[in-house]
Order: sequence, then C-alpha cells, then structure tokens
Amino acid sequence: MIEINHLTKSYGSLLAVNDISFTVKPGEVLGFLGPNGAGKSTTMKMITGFLTPTSGSVRVCGYDVESQPLLAKSCMGYLPEGAPSYGEMTVRTFLEFIANVRGLKGETRKRRLDDVIQRLQLATVLEQAIETLSKGFKRRVGLAQALLHDPQVLILDEPTDGLDPNQKHQVRTLIGEMSKDKIIVISTHILEEVDAVCNRAIIIAGGRLLADDTPQNLAKRSPSGRLDDVFREITTGKPVTPEKVAAHA
Amino acid sequence: MHNVVTIFRREFASYFATPLAFVFIVIFLILAGVFAFYIGSFYERGQADLAPFFSYHPWLYLFLIPAISMRLWAEERKSGTIELLMTLPVTLWQAVLGKYLAAWAFAGVALALTFPMWITVNYLGDPDNGTILAAYIGSFLMAGGFLAIGSCISATTRNQVIAFIFTVVICFLFLLAGFSLVLSVFEGWAPQPIVDAIASLSFLTHFTSISKGVIDLRDLLYFATVIAAWLVANAIVLELKKAD
Repeated sequence: MIEINHLTKSYGSLLAVNDISFTVKPGEVLGFLGPNGAGKSTTMKMITGFLTPTSGSVRVCGYDVESQPLLAKSCMGYLPEGAPSYGEMTVRTFLEFIANVRGLKGETRKRRLDDVIQRLQLATVLEQAIETLSKGFKRRVGLAQALLHDPQVLILDEPTDGLDPNQKHQVRTLIGEMSKDKIIVISTHILEEVDAVCNRAIIIAGGRLLADDTPQNLAKRSPSGRLDDVFREITTGKPVTPEKVAAHA
Repeated sequence: MHNVVTIFRREFASYFATPLAFVFIVIFLILAGVFAFYIGSFYERGQADLAPFFSYHPWLYLFLIPAISMRLWAEERKSGTIELLMTLPVTLWQAVLGKYLAAWAFAGVALALTFPMWITVNYLGDPDNGTILAAYIGSFLMAGGFLAIGSCISATTRNQVIAFIFTVVICFLFLLAGFSLVLSVFEGWAPQPIVDAIASLSFLTHFTSISKGVIDLRDLLYFATVIAAWLVANAIVLELKKAD
C-alpha cells in the first residue's frame, strides 16, 4: 500500500505539489502523468523519502516515510529521474554495492543478482565502467538497482526515457510481468505507455491532482477517444477542437 | 555499522578506480620530499629527526587535502547519486561517516607511504622513534580535521572547484590562528586568555605540540572536537538542502 495524505511541498511561495491525496493498492500499475514541471518528480521524491513534505504524509507498506524512513525505504525500489549511478564503478561492483546496502546475503543475494542481470540483459557489460555505457544500458542498470531486492513497491521516474523502441518494449513487458502482486508507480510523458502498461492513471498539473481513473475511462472523456486529447484538455484547461486534433494527427 | 562499512568500501575503492589516487599520492610524496630535503634542509642540519619533514605537513595539507575532500558530496550532487544514496535504507549519519572515513583512510595511505623517510633517518642516525610515531599520529589527526572541514564544505555545493577554494580558505584560517604573525596583532591589546583561545583554535598549535612527541589528551580532544563539529555541520547541511 502507498497512502498519500494531503501531500504538499512548497518552495517559498511556489507550490510544487498542492494537497495531493491518493492510495495505491497491490496489483495496481499507476501511471503518473503531467506536463514538465507539474510536480511528478517532486511527488515521487517525497514518496521515496528524499524530500521532506512541507505538510501531509506518506505511508509505504504501512510505514510512515518521515518517522520510519529505513523500514519504508527497505520495501521500496526507486529509479530516480535520469537513472543516476556511480560512473566509475563497473556494473557488477555497483550492483554488489546495492545488494550489500540492501542487506542481501548468501544464496538469496546470488539469486537476485543473477535474476536482475538476466532480466535486464546486463551480462555482456558486467565488467564495464558505468560511465562508458550507452544511455539505454545506464537506464537498465538503474532499473536493475531498483529491482534488486525484489521490492513490494516500485517507484520509477521515467523508466523508458532514452531507450530505443525495442528496449521500451522490453521494459514494458518487464513491468507487466512484475505487476501482479506489486505496487508500481511510473511517471512518463509517453501516453501510449500508459495505455500499454498502466491500469490506472493520475494526471497532475501545477501541483494539483486533476484526474484519477483507468486509462480507458480517461480516453472516453474526449469525443475523439484519444488519451492525448484528454491529457491536453485536462492540463491546459481548454477544450481540444476536432480541427486541432486533425492538425496534430 | 554494517552500512558504514559498505559505504566506506565503495567510497575508498572509488579513489582507486580513477587516476585520482595515483596522481594524489605521487604529488604528495614528491612535495613532502621536496619540502623536507630542500626547504627543510633535512641533510644539512645534521640531526637525526623528521622535524623538517613534519613541519611542512600543515602547508602541504592546506592544498592537497581539499583536493581529496572536494568531491565527497559535490560529486554526488552533480551526478544525482545523492538521490540514490539517500533513498537507500541508510541513515544520513552512516553516509556521512562512511564517506568521511574513506577519505581519511585514503589520506592515511598517502601518509603511510612516506615510510622511506623514516627508514632513511633510521639508516642515517639514531632518531627518537617515539617522537616520530607521535608526529605521524598528529599529522594523521590534522589531515582528519582538514577533511572534516572539506567534507562539510563539499556538501554545500555541486561545484567541486567552489568546494576546493572555500575549503582552502577555511583551512587557511584554521592554520593562521596559531601563527605568531596573527597572534601578535591581538597580543598588543587583547588580554592573554583571548590570545591563548585564538591560538588554541589553530591546527598548527596542536599539531606542533603533538609532533614534539608529547601526546596530550587536550590535543587529541581538540582534533576529536573539530572533526565531530564539522561532521555534525555536514549532516545538517545535507539534511537542509538535499535536493538542490
């Protein structure tokens, strides 16, 4: 479970996240949509305990992220925006470092390492320094790191950014495979991705939660039946006329 | 404790993953030698001790230690790995300590590699090895003090050059406080306790007294306090501005 209660983050007079509340249950793959600067990453940073909310609270797996940060962080896997990792380390030493911090030991450790290396197809680059890898590989190393301890909750900030179409497909398949008993929250600009992997979508803009529904129901809100149009209508506040749709298409 | 060790090992290994470690150690050893032999007249003074070697350590550290410490947190900020590190199940303290101790251990390795100096002086004469050991301990503690300052400054910025310059300036102030030139400014008008207090703030005063071979509890306490205070400040800086 992720329970988010009246979450607010302000920087001076700027409200980055404005009173957002929602809960996510196991089995849900939540797509977090919004224009750039909408507050998606800020919300994810508060869920994972990197940023402290100005007010409101986040509970993950029953643990309050502010008062029981270690327990909450232990049950989460997080891919930060841009998939940062220690460039001078090799893929193997980096994943082993994460395994150590996550407290994985013995047989489980070996099994989990083998599993993520196989799932994200990292076997060929294990001994390479991460900074020498392509963008796609770096992203997969970031995903591997997030999946390593087989967490109950996965928070992925733009997991497919910088991947080629084949790799995007692989990552979506991967998310689909894992979604049965987990909670997965992904943020993305790519609306087709929401259709492909998410069974719930939340649209935020200007720090406010504007829509929360299944992708199918959201799409029905527009006469054209396209998620793109609904997204633009909701985030810009203007109706999308058929002419514009035609021009866009 | 387990996490401190894990972070320590990652950080320590990262020095050796790039040419940084080798460049640093080579330059440190060359400069330490140049200072001791040419400027300190190690041979000419004809005494079997390492005073000319150790007396330049504060000045050597002034520029070299900030070069180790500048990357500690600034690099984590720049590359965004601070977000990764801070969302792993480790406490802020484990991260601060693990990284700091790794930098200190690295400085210790560089210092330990000056052992040929010790062999040389033992070959040439019959030095007081107890004094030499005390001076090594003092030098190591002073490096720890410089590093704690540097670690804290590094946490305030994502720019390593800025971290370097500010660390040099603050370390310089900590050194200068014990310099007779600075103290004489105060000696004219300030009461003696204040002059003593300023002098006692200085790395130089405490390092000099340890390197004479007297390990006084007060000097140890001084370095422990300086290191602890700067690391607390380091943690506070990180807590206040994790994201930017």
